Amino acid sequence: MSEPPVPGDITPALEVSHLDVAYRVRGQDRLALRDVSFAVSRGESYGLVGESGSGKSTVALALVRYLPRNGQVSGGTISINGQDPLSMGKQALHALRAKTVSMVYQEPGRALNPSLRVGRQIAEVYQIAGASADEARRSAQDMLRKVQISDPDRVMRRYPHELSGGMAQRAVIAMALASSPSLLILDEPTTALDATVEAEVLDLVAALRQEFGTTVLFISHNLAVIAKMCDRVGVLYAGELVEEGPARQVFGDPRHPYTVGLLRCIPRRGQRKDRHRLDTIPGFLPAPGHTMTGCVFAPRCALAQDRCRSSEPPFFDVSDLRISRCFFHASAPDLPRATPAADAALAEHDTGEPLVEVAGLSKTFAGSGGGVRALADVNLTIRRGETLGLVGESGSGKTTLARVLLGLTGPDQGSVVTLAGAPLSPDVRRRPQQTLRRLQIVFQNPDSALNRRHTVHSLISRPLTRLAGLSGAALRDRLAELIGSVRLEDRHLALRPGQLSGGLKQRVAIARAFGAGPDVVVCDEPTSALDVSVQAAILNLLADLQKTEQVTYLFISHDLGLVRYLSDRIVVLYLGRVMEVGPAETVFAGPHHPYTEALFSAVPSLDGQRPDRIRLAGEIPSAADPPTGCVFHTRCPRKLPTGVCESTEPPLLEDEPEHLIRCHIPLAELRTLQRNESAPSQGGSL
Amino acid sequence: MTDLTVDPGAPGDPRATPVGAVAVAAATVLAPPTRWRLLLRRPTFVVGAAIVLFWVVCAIFGHAIAPFSPLAQQLLNSNTAPSGSHWFGTDPLGRDVLSRVIVGARDILVITPLATVLGTILGTALGLAMGYLGGVVDLIAGRLVEAVLALPAVIIAFLFIVALGSSTVTLIIVIGFIFTPLIARTVRAAVLAERNLDYLSSARLLGENPVRIMFGEILPNVMPAILVEFTVRLGYAVFAVATLSFLGFGVQPPTPDWGSDIAANYSGLLAGYWWQTLFPALAIASLVTAVNLITDSIEQVLNA
Amino acid sequence: MILTLWIISLIVFFAGQILPGDPGRAILGPFAAKSSVQALDAQLGVNRPLLTRYVSWIGGLLHGNMGTSYSYRTAVEPFIRAALINSVKLALLAFVIVVPLGIIGGVIAALYAGRGVDRIISITGLSLATVPEFVSGIVLIVVFGVTLKVLPVTASAGAGAGDLNQFRHLILPAIPLVFVLFGYIARMARAGTIEALGSDYARTAVLKGLPRATVIRRHVLRNSLLPTITVIATQTGYLIGGLVVVETLFNYQGIGNLIFKAAQAKDFPMLEAGVLTIGVVYVLATLGADLLLIALNPRLRIGGGE
Repeated sequence: MSEPPVPGDITPALEVSHLDVAYRVRGQDRLALRDVSFAVSRGESYGLVGESGSGKSTVALALVRYLPRNGQVSGGTISINGQDPLSMGKQALHALRAKTVSMVYQEPGRALNPSLRVGRQIAEVYQIAGASADEARRSAQDMLRKVQISDPDRVMRRYPHELSGGMAQRAVIAMALASSPSLLILDEPTTALDATVEAEVLDLVAALRQEFGTTVLFISHNLAVIAKMCDRVGVLYAGELVEEGPARQVFGDPRHPYTVGLLRCIPRRGQRKDRHRLDTIPGFLPAPGHTMTGCVFAPRCALAQDRCRSSEPPFFDVSDLRISRCFFHASAPDLPRATPAADAALAEHDTGEPLVEVAGLSKTFAGSGGGVRALADVNLTIRRGETLGLVGESGSGKTTLARVLLGLTGPDQGSVVTLAGAPLSPDVRRRPQQTLRRLQIVFQNPDSALNRRHTVHSLISRPLTRLAGLSGAALRDRLAELIGSVRLEDRHLALRPGQLSGGLKQRVAIARAFGAGPDVVVCDEPTSALDVSVQAAILNLLADLQKTEQVTYLFISHDLGLVRYLSDRIVVLYLGRVMEVGPAETVFAGPHHPYTEALFSAVPSLDGQRPDRIRLAGEIPSAADPPTGCVFHTRCPRKLPTGVCESTEPPLLEDEPEHLIRCHIPLAELRTLQRNESAPSQGGSL
Repeated sequence: MTDLTVDPGAPGDPRATPVGAVAVAAATVLAPPTRWRLLLRRPTFVVGAAIVLFWVVCAIFGHAIAPFSPLAQQLLNSNTAPSGSHWFGTDPLGRDVLSRVIVGARDILVITPLATVLGTILGTALGLAMGYLGGVVDLIAGRLVEAVLALPAVIIAFLFIVALGSSTVTLIIVIGFIFTPLIARTVRAAVLAERNLDYLSSARLLGENPVRIMFGEILPNVMPAILVEFTVRLGYAVFAVATLSFLGFGVQPPTPDWGSDIAANYSGLLAGYWWQTLFPALAIASLVTAVNLITDSIEQVLNA
Repeated sequence: MILTLWIISLIVFFAGQILPGDPGRAILGPFAAKSSVQALDAQLGVNRPLLTRYVSWIGGLLHGNMGTSYSYRTAVEPFIRAALINSVKLALLAFVIVVPLGIIGGVIAALYAGRGVDRIISITGLSLATVPEFVSGIVLIVVFGVTLKVLPVTASAGAGAGDLNQFRHLILPAIPLVFVLFGYIARMARAGTIEALGSDYARTAVLKGLPRATVIRRHVLRNSLLPTITVIATQTGYLIGGLVVVETLFNYQGIGNLIFKAAQAKDFPMLEAGVLTIGVVYVLATLGADLLLIALNPRLRIGGGE
């Protein structure tokens, strides 16, 4: 157990002072953190926000002295509860880790030892503190109940691979809090989880924080999550803290050009691709270890002047509680845009006749029992020129749908998929070249989607030679045209994917997809693996290309903000079934399917908190054993007491034209219920 | 060096055929000059390469270097201990052991690399097919591979050598075929690791045929694993040839060969004639160790 | 597995059949009259169609009849059984030494990965693994048997010798086997341990405040040794191959020696029976390893989802 705070003791729970951390790579020291200072008071929740390369995870590692072998703290001090982890002996360090600090990481399943039962691993924490085996077991059970696991005994006897993601993360949180730490460090704890599960876990962390009075350091790249969970926030860029202050103020009124730029990259409520282009942050992150003179953000800052480039700005007080490391912090909100705000050419947007039609699509994967029904009787239409947004959590079948469309997986008998009226062969290998040319995909992870041993030139020209049959001068011209349109340069052609950044790689993937002039491009989470600032540029690119190349998109994403920004129509999938489909605005405005409603309320947003979050009970059911009747009934907060939800599959009811909801509740009633429950000032759910 | 920016599949592109694809892939993995420089900086590589080079020189110029003819018998001078005139002593037929050791490098250094190359090419093709095509191919080939692996290599080898007679060519073919399933297994595992990556789906969406996917897309990515496997097998090839010679199924007398010389002379150990077996044994050990040092260095460089 | 065994039997049988040589001639010798040779051939059933011979061979095997040796003119089976027992003794001794040694070596190499200790263990292991058994055997004989005279150089202590004496005789022959296996086992153990050390759950264990030794003992080893177990089983086949050489060198009546002599004498029934036996032993060992792996790895056990 950690020391109870002495009354009147205002020692910060965590104090970091001028911290420098360096990694030794190939004989040279590279600074990953530079002069980072912040303090967290007892019981406070402090968020550390940054993109990749910002060094935020390095902070966490340094605090518990768990830097990799080639890393070391080269300057500065750390104080946790008044103790200095950097100068402690081994015993003291173990004690610090055991009693004072706990960490929760990103992938819960992997944080647990696969060969030991979950209960044993949690009980271990108590045993380290000196409890006997029996006491430890009982305490572990209590702790599991506190993290809202209703049957702790059962869970304790399981092995980690038998738990779902949400359950595993709860177990990990239980394990972290078992030692009643003074400081809880969370490093991207919910990034790997589904939206509804993430919301549950975040609520849990907030509740536990209240109950135990733990100080929390929350590290994430997701600004909305930080806005929801943290009292104060520090923004990290390239290893330096550039702005700090109360979360609401920093996100509502940012005073550093980087923060301003970052916030502008995120699509907000009411923004649509035709009318608002996302702003981007020009340039690239400085190469690791690159020594800077002057402000670390200057090369990318539109407000930068000579002063910025020659001398490092100190911290300025923006107000009592806020600081910003910028000479021009007062004019930061007026940062000129890097990308023009609106493009008149984009404003016109027609959608045409149905291009892709899916009827009665089912896909069952062989497996134990009757098999896993990934998709059940899905009917969809994608119109020429539109962007159809496909939304769903894990198990929804959205990836399966994309794969069936492309012919990478064969659907069950009786499923019909047509392109421009002609049926598509279920096997991509049997599709003629002409068809292949019309349907392409941009995958989520460019590291996996690009053959790392091929050059960029080879990757982009292959579809041109293979599908478009180009050669010689025509090939060269089209290649140059493509590279220009995705804003790559000639010098990139000879490089291999490993030498490119994430954003550049995704541009190569996009160029490849558009090479032969497809009609339909499936975008499967194309920006999920990218940083926020890079994401905006890619989304703009996709919007532009849609206009110039006249393509139709099937846009798959779990990020509702992106889907709302880009899509003309939206489909919501749950456990392989279509729950709701309709024009984007209508789906977001309501009435919604109860699942859609819960999904929307689960996603944290920068635009303000919703007063009532709809909490979904339980976990997403397994597709191998779906519930009877309406598959959502096990978690539905609006389940009808008549029992019809358990017994019968609901029909698709049409609200306005084209807006369909699969629910037993009459739509008018749904509309009234939902409107009454959301706060009047919200004017809608998202 | 081929121009790697040439679009594959264009006429005249060496990657159009499987063998060509292998060659180009190997070249791209080995070619980067930085890799060579890194290799040369490692002491293990330098030592290993030096020893191998020494034996290669012996193999090529053996007859010129050796002080005596390895076949010249001097029955009056038999079983003499190492001395000024015979550094390694003489064997029961009075032949100079040093000369036999030097010239003995030849056969083993011819058979070993050729057998390994044969095994690697066949094993790679089989492993690619098993890993990528899967299904029935994998099932049947897999059982075959398992069956062959169940029987110790040495035993299979001499079974077939007894049947086909022992000659250099037979040895190369037999050892090459025995290595094929071993290498296929490693290649298959490497291919399986690549199988779920999206670039293969992308290739299918371009309408690429399976052969092109296996050799043009997957092969370059598994090349490092193959390279390491190749060098490991080289070591085992030396092992196999030496053992077979020892058992009498390898190189036949009177051709000087380390293994068969040991076999012929080890009964002399009891009589105290240690030099007749120790020096050939040390020769084998040195070659094997040298190959292993090279393998280790390559592995370290590729994993860095 | 059955399929594998069947394929093995096919390989062995047909390999035996393509070996040239007339069994009758081989038995009666080069000077026997042609008619006698033909008569014996007919008696042995050599002239029956290939398939019939194969079927009768398999049939005989399933009834425990391994055929009749050409060289000894008596049933093959007792030879095989006696030789197998001898080989098992030798193999067991080698195993008992090499498994703990290899695992400890591999784990230590992993704990000091990339540094001096690791490189030494890895290179030593790799080198010893490819030095042929007869080479190390000879060096050992020269050093320990002839020069220092501390250990006997023949593997058999003679009939009726006591257990301890038998054991002494088996030490030298076991060592080349240990050398060959050490490298492979250590390498697997090292790879498994390195992976486990770098895993997220190892990090969790360290950050719980557990001392390093406990982390390794309780969390890491369990997971790192799983792949090693499979390897150990598959090495059985390799081990038996090594037995051929070692048994010949040390003049030990094991199954390797038996097969070797049978091949030299072109005693096909003995040869085939011996090789088949080895194949069966290997398949059984792999099966045993699979079962052990299932018992130890919770992820492979069927049953119990959330």
